[in-house]
Amino acid sequence: MLPASWTESLRRIAALIRRELLTIWRDKRGRTILILPPIMQLFVFSYAATFDLSNAPLAILNEDAGLASRELVARFSASDAFKPMARLTNGVEIKAIIENGDALAVLHIGPTFSRDLASGKTPTIQFIVDGRQSNTALIAMSYVNEIVGDFSREQAARYGRSMAGPQLVTRAWFNSNLETRWFIIPGLVATLTMVVATLTTSMSVARERELGTFEQLLVTPLRPWELFVGKIVGPAIIAFTEGALLAVLGILIFHVPLRGDVALMALGLAVFMLSVTSVGLMISTLTNTQQQAQIASFCVVMPCIILSGLTTPIENMPGWVQALTYLNPLRYVLVINRGVFLQDIPASVAFANLWPMALIGVVTAAMAMRLFRSRMA
Amino acid sequence: MSAGLTFEGLRKTFTGEAGTVTAVDGVSGVIAPGKITGLVGPDAAGKTTLIRMLAGLLVPNAGTITKPPGHVSYMPQKFGLYEDLTVEQNLVLYADLHGLDQKARKETFAKLHGFTGLAPFTDRLAGKLSGGMKQKLGLACTLVVTPEVLLLDEPSVGVDPVSRRELWAMVQQLQNTGIAVLWSTAYLDEAERCDHVMLLHEGTMLFDGAPKDFTARSEGQTWRMALPAKAAEKRELQRAAAALPGVIDSQIQGRALRLVVEKDAPAPTLPGLTAEQIPPRLEDAYLAMLHPPHKPPPIVEHTEEVGSGELIRVHDLTRKFGAFTAVDHLSFEVQRGEIFGLLGPNGAGKSTTFKMLCGLIPASSGEAHVAGFDLRVARADARGRLGYMAQKFAYVGYLSVEQNMRFAAGVYGLSKKEANERVEEAIDAFGLAPYRSSACGLLPLGIKQRMALACAILHRPAILFLDEPTSGVDPVTRHEFWARINAMADAGMTVLVTSHFIDEAEYCDRLAIIYRGKMIGLGSPEEIKAQHDKGGAGLEAAFISLVENYDREHPQ
Amino acid sequence: MTGPTVNMQRLRGFLRKEWLQIIRDPSSIVVAVILPMVMLVLFGFGVSLDAKNQPAAIVIETAAPEAQDFLASLRATPYVTPTIAPDRQTAIAWMRTGKVRAIVVLPEDFGAQLHRANAAPIQVLVNGTDSNTARLLAGYIQGIWATWLQGKAQAERTQVQTIAVQSRIWFNEAVDSHRSIIPGLIAVIMTLIGALLTALVIAREWERGTMEALLTTPLTKTELLLGKLLPYFALGMGGMVVSTVFALTVFGLPFAGSVWVLLLASSLFMLVVLGFGLMASTITRNQFSASILALTATMLPGMLLSGFIFDIRSMNPVVQVITHIVPARYFVEILKTLFLAGDIWPVILPNMGALALMATILLTITARKTTRSLE
Repeated sequence: MLPASWTESLRRIAALIRRELLTIWRDKRGRTILILPPIMQLFVFSYAATFDLSNAPLAILNEDAGLASRELVARFSASDAFKPMARLTNGVEIKAIIENGDALAVLHIGPTFSRDLASGKTPTIQFIVDGRQSNTALIAMSYVNEIVGDFSREQAARYGRSMAGPQLVTRAWFNSNLETRWFIIPGLVATLTMVVATLTTSMSVARERELGTFEQLLVTPLRPWELFVGKIVGPAIIAFTEGALLAVLGILIFHVPLRGDVALMALGLAVFMLSVTSVGLMISTLTNTQQQAQIASFCVVMPCIILSGLTTPIENMPGWVQALTYLNPLRYVLVINRGVFLQDIPASVAFANLWPMALIGVVTAAMAMRLFRSRMA
Repeated sequence: MSAGLTFEGLRKTFTGEAGTVTAVDGVSGVIAPGKITGLVGPDAAGKTTLIRMLAGLLVPNAGTITKPPGHVSYMPQKFGLYEDLTVEQNLVLYADLHGLDQKARKETFAKLHGFTGLAPFTDRLAGKLSGGMKQKLGLACTLVVTPEVLLLDEPSVGVDPVSRRELWAMVQQLQNTGIAVLWSTAYLDEAERCDHVMLLHEGTMLFDGAPKDFTARSEGQTWRMALPAKAAEKRELQRAAAALPGVIDSQIQGRALRLVVEKDAPAPTLPGLTAEQIPPRLEDAYLAMLHPPHKPPPIVEHTEEVGSGELIRVHDLTRKFGAFTAVDHLSFEVQRGEIFGLLGPNGAGKSTTFKMLCGLIPASSGEAHVAGFDLRVARADARGRLGYMAQKFAYVGYLSVEQNMRFAAGVYGLSKKEANERVEEAIDAFGLAPYRSSACGLLPLGIKQRMALACAILHRPAILFLDEPTSGVDPVTRHEFWARINAMADAGMTVLVTSHFIDEAEYCDRLAIIYRGKMIGLGSPEEIKAQHDKGGAGLEAAFISLVENYDREHPQ
Repeated sequence: MTGPTVNMQRLRGFLRKEWLQIIRDPSSIVVAVILPMVMLVLFGFGVSLDAKNQPAAIVIETAAPEAQDFLASLRATPYVTPTIAPDRQTAIAWMRTGKVRAIVVLPEDFGAQLHRANAAPIQVLVNGTDSNTARLLAGYIQGIWATWLQGKAQAERTQVQTIAVQSRIWFNEAVDSHRSIIPGLIAVIMTLIGALLTALVIAREWERGTMEALLTTPLTKTELLLGKLLPYFALGMGGMVVSTVFALTVFGLPFAGSVWVLLLASSLFMLVVLGFGLMASTITRNQFSASILALTATMLPGMLLSGFIFDIRSMNPVVQVITHIVPARYFVEILKTLFLAGDIWPVILPNMGALALMATILLTITARKTTRSLE
């Protein structure tokens, strides 16, 4: 049995949480804005976020009349990655077609290709690619190497020569087809909930101040810490539910495998919510108007997304930026989410990522609480 | 001279989630030049909609408006001053928007500065002005071009008596130059002073004519009953009088009751008291016409044992903001069951005092005990023993009446069972059953206010704090509200009210007049009247003379 | 309400007021000038698509001397940071716990397999969770392997014939992802800033009741919109200048195009994003909704649907159609071309046309929705 003061405390907090949830739920526009966009974004981004190359426009300049060159071109036509869109007849056309962005790349086969191949010399082909999108360029090059490699092996077999030598066998674990979607959806689940949670908490106090309802809260016997807890738990519940919904959509609609322990992911998301909503409330405490709150939350959320490994790996960042990422709760929850979805990570790994996040959560909550107290009391 | 502004058969409907509502239904009238036309009516009567149509901001569904050739100026209820700009910058903006050239501007500004008394404050941010000054600046911005017709939507709401008088004087000056003025208000004493009055109710015009003609309608319906001096007794007698057959309204005024009865009703009688007939005022006629929808049921059993004696004890209470002393060594006590008023103009320090007593801000020095708790050490505990009703409706508009009440119950720590019982009880006692599941933001002001009061006393507090509870509220709603408060005080509730509104002060047992951080007067309304108003013109005159005397004796 | 009349005195007065408000609460200036710098630095360094220093476990089960030789070439590249694992189990455990992203196994018969054609003497496992990095990493290891084999063949003077692919990457020879990311980043940042600056400015007037007072003055719709647009346009262009200077100095980007084209394109783009913010503000008349609308419509779409990181050409066809309504898409194209390739009109003109069209549509909607009455 809890002491009476505790029971009353819990009642007060429960009443506040109920009010926060009802406030958001009963506001039709607010409800729509909180629920619809994240779901739409999950769909659009899942289809948009792909590093795979498909049907990239390729121009072909084949100056060789031989059979081998035609076979090589046929290989390119047959691949999913490229789609031949133009046949060039002259080297001077290359410049324009790349510059204008009509073709991503040009495959240039010289006039002596078939002859060189038959005579055992090393034939050379040129591959010119638009580097304005460097990642695409790199991927295109790796596809080209693959296609040409296969082709030369077969040619070697035909001419009975030893060609490329021993092979290297590569397999990808956890995501054998290297589907970007599998990578991006577990990340989006956390990122989208972060956006929702930060915005709702950060604007909540400023909004109540502008509407005049905040003073009414302050004259109730709610202690500052109870007000604080109520103000972060409400949005956390909403964001958590939203995260769960997105995860279910990811599994059912995008068939992302769920290989690990859901409880670990739930725990991770819950701890994550603690730190995110604390940051949100800290913003809320420090700002006077909704405009300031919105700008401030944006300034926090955006770098968190970039420096989390959501789209680009943290290992690529320079040392000092990597050091910064350790302060970012999103970094840890991404590891847990992806690990649980795709890898069935051991609990030890999950905990290795949980405790820093919990630490960030506790520290930000404590700081936010201090601020909140000094501003509210 | 121009013909003023004429409107004929105006009709306006709004379609919202709750269906189509007719806000103004076939209203005609003339706003005559050189006159102040008062537009009165309860909340949601259609006053603002009518004015907005006349100003051209809403397009009527039917009817015609004939405007004079000159300018029609309009000052909205919440005049949008840019609070982050200075007084001067606000004026310059409106001068630019109205296309005033440099020469004309110089003259106009000089005139407006003199007119409004804002000259010393040109570099102050508009947000830092008092409510009265804001209204004056709003009026100045509206008047950068001299209009032929001036439409004012509730200009005196949230304005203290001194500023209210100045505002009225300013408008009278305008009227004398031949401008047609429309002044909408919920205060009938203002309407009484107008040349012409229009009474709007539920979108239709119930009266259109001279105020004295309207007042004359209830000739013979107004009675006065002298009362014995004791406070508790007078409220009991007032309730008894209100319950008499034929009585529409009863109101305590000093040591007397003012009663309004139905037409041809017999003289009201109470044992041991005599009633004398008195001439009616505009407010009496208004009350007689717009019968209160029902008599407020008495509220019983709202306080638990709270001890007796002094429930609020303040000693040398001081609050400083930097170098500025907002509250300067205030001392007073409030007894159990007393209705105590903190009266003062905007910025006098009464809100700061109020906030300290609610535990919203700490005191710089001095002591305050509320319901037995020392505010220095037990602010949250003290808050648990008081109920609070803000001036501005401060509940989440999206929540239903019941949801808001349940929140109030929970946040004051009531168990589920208690909460259920008391919410049901209160819904019943406050007549809120029909609105139980409606989003409270959409309800009329009177209902909102009932809900706010119900929420404030769910946990049976020892003390009820009211912050300008009936500012800008029409007499019907106001009287109903105070009848409830009186009943509560009789049952032992202690009530602390802040106000700058004299009508509210009349309901108090005792008043503390706060000005420039100090208490400059303390006593019952009758005492204050007797001491400071030799002419017998009432509490407002007493208040103004107190303030002016203080200014003379303590020049800033 | 009169048509598109503009009275200079009214407009000047309104502009002055708007400017005074900006100065009073400098958060707008912070947004326009400081924010782009901070974001460019953070993102410029934070976003890199090149896989470098990727941790890999090497399991050497063979005593063949070639194994050490191959290990040395792995060590010599910047892409892979190899760590020797004692056995496969350990390597697998490392991969599971995220310590390494790849495992390279040189089995017992490595030496023997090496000399047989079409044999598979070496196995590579990559962690496919991050598919892009996985693909790049696999590609790098493949490349290292091929180079090592070729070197070995030359040393042993064995005759090996291959088809040599001579790859040339135009506009970005070193495949430095910064060069392609920074121009895109500027576009994304300016999208956000433009929307942030204006999303609240009209809603605020409605919420604070100042709009009703403005409506009682002769201020026309055109003057109101110009008064809201011009100050933030100036601020936004200031942010654009700051970003460009940063890109050229801090990140050492080339600038192949001409400044006036950049100026023109940026102006058009600013009109689009400011127009969007104004529209959100005008339609919702509520700061909370306007800001959520503006943020959700710009933040993630700007990052993911603009071609800034993910190539639009690789997207699902339906999504490709959707990207056409993302204004950043057009500006990303223009900026990449201007910075890296030059004034290439066939790229710049259609994209500018699209921006001009969007600006017209957004501002027309805003103008339509701006009423001179309260309805």
